[in-house]
Amino acid sequence: MNLTLFGFILANLFRRKARTLLTLASLAAGFLLFGLLQAVQLAFDRGVELSGDDRLITQGRYSFTEILPIGYRAQIAAVPGVELVTHAQWFGGYYQKQSNFFPNFAVDPESYLDMYPEFLISPEARAAFIATRDGAVAGRSLAARFNWKIGDRIPIMATIWPRAGGALDWSFQLVGLFEGRDETARSQEGMLLFHHDYFDEARQFAKGTTGIYIVRIAGPELADRVAAEIDRRFRNSPNETKTGPEKAFNQSFIKQIGDIEAIIAIVLSAVFFTLLLLTANTMSQAVRERTAELAILKTIGFSGRRVLGMVLAEALLLCLIGALAGLGLTALIMPGLAAAVAAWFPGLGLVTATWIEGLAIAALLAAAIGLPPAIAASRLTIVAALARRIA
Amino acid sequence: MNDNEQQPLIRLRGVGKTYRRGREAIEVLKNLDLDITCGDFLALMGPSGSGKTTLLNLLGGLDHPDAGTIEIGGARLDRMSDADMTRWRAAHVGFIFQFYNLMPVLNARQNVELPLLLTRLGAGERRRRAMIALDLVGLAERAEHKPRELSGGQEQRVAIARAIVADPDLLVCDEPTGDLDRATADEILGLLQILNREHGKTVIMVTHDPQASKFARRIVHIDKGVLQAAAEAS
Repeated sequence: MNLTLFGFILANLFRRKARTLLTLASLAAGFLLFGLLQAVQLAFDRGVELSGDDRLITQGRYSFTEILPIGYRAQIAAVPGVELVTHAQWFGGYYQKQSNFFPNFAVDPESYLDMYPEFLISPEARAAFIATRDGAVAGRSLAARFNWKIGDRIPIMATIWPRAGGALDWSFQLVGLFEGRDETARSQEGMLLFHHDYFDEARQFAKGTTGIYIVRIAGPELADRVAAEIDRRFRNSPNETKTGPEKAFNQSFIKQIGDIEAIIAIVLSAVFFTLLLLTANTMSQAVRERTAELAILKTIGFSGRRVLGMVLAEALLLCLIGALAGLGLTALIMPGLAAAVAAWFPGLGLVTATWIEGLAIAALLAAAIGLPPAIAASRLTIVAALARRIA
Repeated sequence: MNDNEQQPLIRLRGVGKTYRRGREAIEVLKNLDLDITCGDFLALMGPSGSGKTTLLNLLGGLDHPDAGTIEIGGARLDRMSDADMTRWRAAHVGFIFQFYNLMPVLNARQNVELPLLLTRLGAGERRRRAMIALDLVGLAERAEHKPRELSGGQEQRVAIARAIVADPDLLVCDEPTGDLDRATADEILGLLQILNREHGKTVIMVTHDPQASKFARRIVHIDKGVLQAAAEAS
């Protein structure tokens, strides 16, 4: 094989195969974790991304768990700048066993589907949903998860809302499926929607209320004014409201679980700091043990800058191979993983931005671990290095 | 000797070198004058600590003198920056060391090719020249072997091929046979002699070995940093 500078750098990197392979395995594991956690972050982000700039959420002033009178709908609709109002009540039910949990809401079918054109539903299914009092529609991935077919009766166990008489078992007739218009909307296919009227009539308490109102406004620039006006209308009432952009609502909803972004950042910082120490040690050791060889390179005419470049390139190669292996592994397992968890945790995926971010982190890592030994190698005094070799 | 060989390739005047060990200053070379003609084969001899390796380092452009001038082929080494010296070494000097100092991750041919990576030559031409150099030292058939698969003598031959592949004027050899048995050492010295006599390379060799010095044209003794005497080798 012809000798090239790249070939020489590569050969140096793998001169101690076991050490390099173990370091690469650590890097790959770190970047696999990075890829998976970024996928989790993406799944949460997609829920937030679905938020429309022209949609507001009106909730109870102190918490979205407060209930609001159903009569607010007409009053909100009367606020100037409001185009459409719908409502949704978190039901919190599960199918067969508690681990089969998924988001399910009592909604007003017609206005809810109008509010979310990103959920595609056939005209027949839409009509059936509106016409069937105990009807429900499910996201395509949710139906696939439980193998539901149109026409099935779906038993759902309530955790919050008993029926009149105290029974927790509810039953809905599946009349249609909806699917996401794009990748972001597809991440929300794990939902079940059913009639508010049916739910309200059958539930044991809190009749005549809903959880939140979703408000479409004429333009995003009206958001602050409309939100303020809605809240003003219900000020000093028994059910004061707080209205804000849908995105902020979704973000605060996700933060109920925890500050996912911060948790992921902390975990990844710890991972990459450990990798930094590990790979820095490997690089320093690799360069230190060939001080004499570096001195020979400089003796035969390799400049300090070229030697610096070679050591840095070696560090970069190490980190990039590790990152590509880790992210490649993530890409390999992601389709299966995403499919396996799609119904209860939809939206997992490995996107180009994660690849770019991962490779950028690898480059930064390489600079951090490569620069100290590279600078030392470039400043190496030939005479002193060769004298040490002889000594 | 032809006319070219009579030209002084190397001229040292008043060269001094002092090292510091803590607060102590050690004067390794003292006010040293030396001329080496083009095509000479000079053996530098002297006891340990006499300053012969320091002198060799100065002649090879690996170190700067603290005093005096060093002129080699018209270039003033004592005035050169580190970067200029690096370029000068690559173009004009081939180095041969006691411990061969080959790159263990490269095979013999690739080791020889290494200095040519600094040139604009294409991969094919680099390979061809490396094979010529290996052929010259009688090791073409071991071209694809790694250093660990070669004997000491073979490794030193590869090192010599590496030293001559860029066709330098000057070969600087630091105890080139110090790690070899007598027969192998004589082979290596014979090879250096051929490079000197048939290929016109100027060779400067540091050695402890009186037998090795017999291969040189001239012997210079150095002791306590001072040149003692120059003698024609037998």
